[in-house]
Amino acid sequence: MVKVTVDGIQVEVPNGSSALQACEAAGKEIPRFCFHERLSVAGNCRMCLVQVVRAPKPVASCGFPVAEGMEILTDTEIVRKARRAVMEFLLINHPLDCPICDQGGECDLQDQAFGYGADHSRYQEAKRAVTDKYLGPLVKTVMTRCIQCTRCVRFATEIAGVPELGAVSRGENMEITNYVERALTSELSGNLIDICPVGALTSKPYAFTARPWELKRTDSIDVFDAVGTNISLQARGSAVLRIVPRVNDEVNEEWLADKGRFAMDGLKHRRLDRPWVRVHGKLQPVSWQDAFVAIGRRLDGVPGERIGAIAGDLCDAESMLALKDLMTALGSSNVDCRQDGAQYDVSRREFYTFGSGIAGIEDADALLIVGSVPRQEAPVLNARIRKRFVSAGRGGFPIGMIGAPTADPTYRAEVLGDGPGVLAELRNGSHPFADVLKAAKRPMIIVGHGALVREDAQAILAACWALAAEVGAVGPDWNGFNVLHTAASRVAGLDLGLLPGPGGRSAAGMMSGGVDVLWLLGADEFHTAQIGAQTFVIYQGHHGDAAAARADVILPGASFAEKSGTYVNTEGRVQRSFRALMPPGDAREDWRILRAFSEVVGKTLPYDTLESLRDRLVAVNPVFRVIGGRDVAGVSDLTGPAGDLDTVSPAPFLPVIDDYYQTNPICRASPTMGECSRIYVHPRTVAAE
Amino acid sequence: MLQDKDRIFTNIYGQNDWRLTGARQRGDWADTAAILARGRDAIINEMKASGLRGRGGAGFPTGVKWSFMPKNSDGRPHYLVINGDESEPGTCKDREILRHEPHKLIESALIASFAMGAHAAYIYIRGEFFNEARHLQIAIDEAYAAGLIGKNAAGSGWDFDFYIHRGAGAYICGEETALLESLEGKKGQPRMKPPFPAAMGLYGCPTTVNNVESISVASTILRRGATWFSSLGRPNNAGTKLMAISGHVNTPCVFEEELGVPLKDIIEKHGGGVRGGWDNLLAVIPGGCSVPVLPKAICETVLMDFDSLRAERSGLGTACMIVMDKSTDIVRAIARFSQFFKHESCGQCTPCREGTGWMMRVMQRMVEGRAELEEIDMLEQVTRQVEGHTICALGDAAAWPIQGLIRHFRPVMEDRIRAYKAAHGGGQITQVPLGIPVAAE
Repeated sequence: MVKVTVDGIQVEVPNGSSALQACEAAGKEIPRFCFHERLSVAGNCRMCLVQVVRAPKPVASCGFPVAEGMEILTDTEIVRKARRAVMEFLLINHPLDCPICDQGGECDLQDQAFGYGADHSRYQEAKRAVTDKYLGPLVKTVMTRCIQCTRCVRFATEIAGVPELGAVSRGENMEITNYVERALTSELSGNLIDICPVGALTSKPYAFTARPWELKRTDSIDVFDAVGTNISLQARGSAVLRIVPRVNDEVNEEWLADKGRFAMDGLKHRRLDRPWVRVHGKLQPVSWQDAFVAIGRRLDGVPGERIGAIAGDLCDAESMLALKDLMTALGSSNVDCRQDGAQYDVSRREFYTFGSGIAGIEDADALLIVGSVPRQEAPVLNARIRKRFVSAGRGGFPIGMIGAPTADPTYRAEVLGDGPGVLAELRNGSHPFADVLKAAKRPMIIVGHGALVREDAQAILAACWALAAEVGAVGPDWNGFNVLHTAASRVAGLDLGLLPGPGGRSAAGMMSGGVDVLWLLGADEFHTAQIGAQTFVIYQGHHGDAAAARADVILPGASFAEKSGTYVNTEGRVQRSFRALMPPGDAREDWRILRAFSEVVGKTLPYDTLESLRDRLVAVNPVFRVIGGRDVAGVSDLTGPAGDLDTVSPAPFLPVIDDYYQTNPICRASPTMGECSRIYVHPRTVAAE
Repeated sequence: MLQDKDRIFTNIYGQNDWRLTGARQRGDWADTAAILARGRDAIINEMKASGLRGRGGAGFPTGVKWSFMPKNSDGRPHYLVINGDESEPGTCKDREILRHEPHKLIESALIASFAMGAHAAYIYIRGEFFNEARHLQIAIDEAYAAGLIGKNAAGSGWDFDFYIHRGAGAYICGEETALLESLEGKKGQPRMKPPFPAAMGLYGCPTTVNNVESISVASTILRRGATWFSSLGRPNNAGTKLMAISGHVNTPCVFEEELGVPLKDIIEKHGGGVRGGWDNLLAVIPGGCSVPVLPKAICETVLMDFDSLRAERSGLGTACMIVMDKSTDIVRAIARFSQFFKHESCGQCTPCREGTGWMMRVMQRMVEGRAELEEIDMLEQVTRQVEGHTICALGDAAAWPIQGLIRHFRPVMEDRIRAYKAAHGGGQITQVPLGIPVAAE
């Protein structure tokens, strides 16, 4: 620790801190543009100049290391003059088009000009104008507003790992550009919008839509992947106009993946806003009462074991529990939350969650990825892996991958093989990477769904655990066994036991004629042709996607933005989101639909309020008691999951996501995501035009 | 005045053979191993005692700079980087060393590298210096062939390699940290200091960056002794220095001279006098374009060294003076410098990026006189806002010539503004209100 005096206030800060951190520790706010806590220090905006006693010139506090006994002055005439000077320089070539700028109201330049800007300009010469750049369908550029802070360049290079942005030319002709007119190839590109301190990089879909002070902010959780990114839904009237991340250092830091940020325009398209019933082969709009009666009639006389339910990827824990309770009441044990056919061992939570935690990645010193492409399955988590990779330095964080990545992982990863055969080699030590894992103090293994949706998933899972136990990835003070999920609902589903009970059928079994009546709760990610022709399908969900087209009865539910819900992310962290909007038309919150229907069939579910349902969640599984937190614990019992290691097939791992931008009904309804898919995933279609 | 026996650069005009044979005849490479045998500390102490100040412009004591290098390596290699990116307008002294005394440079580089524990030296040569780089490469090849550098350089037991890197003609790459960036293959932009290059320089390793001339004189200083060197010049401004005169003199030239000689004597002796006689002198810029201009009155008496020029609020810089007679439009001359600095600003930090363009545009109006009298003060304030607020010294360099102009030639600027007003009806020239803006804070 170093003792530093800031404006007469003595503070102690860790060795190697910057003067800026010392000032913040003393409660002094230092204006800045180029400095960002999560990026490298550039020191180029010169806004954070402070005076250090005995230094000949004012110093840039963001990059100036503190020394014992240093005296910093932040409020002298020299400092104020310097800040005014920098502000004047920044403004001479800034267009001052705040009235038509989307950043207005949340612009660092605007805010700080309020403090340090002058009442008039002394600059009489012609202003600079800069050509706008094309960065793809998500990020809009107005480069004349750019103040060359290079935050975007540093974000793209350091965090996103796509060094596609840079500065060309010198002096006042310096421009931020991507060299070629090509869309930025990152799943994190939307964060450039947040990170840009001015209106140079703004959201393209959100352009000219609203002002920040008009928006109602609601805390929510991103459901488009299993990371559980903390987001804020910003709505006006009946529409979510934009989604921005909230800071949560344990989960997403302050990043948000593009799908979570830009897919919300899908909430306005292809919505189910009234119940429908298929009459003579054609769907007819009906009232809730008629829809429930139609289901009730069909259920009449059907034995419990011929009824089944599948929960989809976007469901909240409450509605899944209500679905399970309904099925139990109907005498059915055919419940499943694994529409992709993945297999887990749910006997212990360690076997199906991301044990080290997302923040725990930064403690690891070696990584093995099995059957997963984190960049597409969880871009924010991938950024954390890259952060660790970068901070560890050359060779400090060796990464091995089994299963060829479909995209550049953004860090150097050695592809050890394409199938599970490598696991055996790692276990018997014949593969050189085994030594890397053994030498590591805190090795990590990430098992993805490329490995878990196979026939031999149980065996692979067992093999991975066995390897983890052998190399010390699991132990009393470190849990490096990680399952990376892709569905936001999955861990909650497993926690609540949405799995076939004794004698029950799995999702595939239900579809292939195992049941007569199939209740789909937002389950869309399979070919509807798999469902037996005679099966009566009830689709409860919010979007008219493929499964709704196959349904015999459609019950309009609420999307994640329209209900308060509980989600459990891949780490097993229970998080809660709040309702930002009312569901459209006659649509209702999903648990209420299930509760209402249970009354129609005379099996009334024992909860009338969300609170009592949440009490029931806790009763079913106590993990739901703690919201937001997560126990970081080692593994005391090294016994692995059940699985016959000999049944592993040599077939290569296949990626589970082939189009990042089209993985759920909301994305498929979103024009923005469609455009992204066209540009990024099917570039040939673009070229052919 | 410097006597011939005290000259360090005896072939500065290239009248003799610049290759190894000629260099050996002049005393280069004479028992270099014996110099290295004195040991690192002895060499650095000798350099400190000599009082040699950096010859690139800033005048930081060279021996002290060398002593900043870590005594023992922590596993990282040490590097010597020689700054041959001589881009300062009006300056062409290193060029003469590169093409006519390359062996003095290579030998001194070996000694300097040994003194700082470096096994490799890089020289960053300005891209336009094609023949100079060629000469140096030939000299390097000769030295390798003669076993003077390479493994067991000159029989000293020290391994030493010398590499040439040619720049691409950016002025900013002459700034030491920008030079390192450029050498690493990145865009030439200065780095923040601290950390200083001696702690984290080239590729993150301890590095010393020295001017070509600062390095080249080292071998002679160590041969003839610190006492000899410090006996030349004035206290705190020791030794001899390569200087140059360009502009309105009868015989523009590069020459070696003792520090502390009166500027007037230098112009008379080496420059053959000002064109049209001393009374025709208007002003002198004493050291490359980035130091403030000195009017005739000061030139009468000022001595040519670091401290004397600093006392007159100018600087020695590279000691390559630009002499201007009364035919010069001094405002236009300085405006041209402003254009140069605007063109060469790297654009990284705000005051320089925005300020150089602003200063240039106001200066261009000042040339015509199309301005308000108050704008002279505003221009002065803008230069103060740039000076001392930037990452590197280019901001200062851009501000100083204008400050010198306003300090010494304000009446010229005012007359021109009045003349322009008179010729254009006398109305307000500018559209926006002048006066000092008030901040909202």
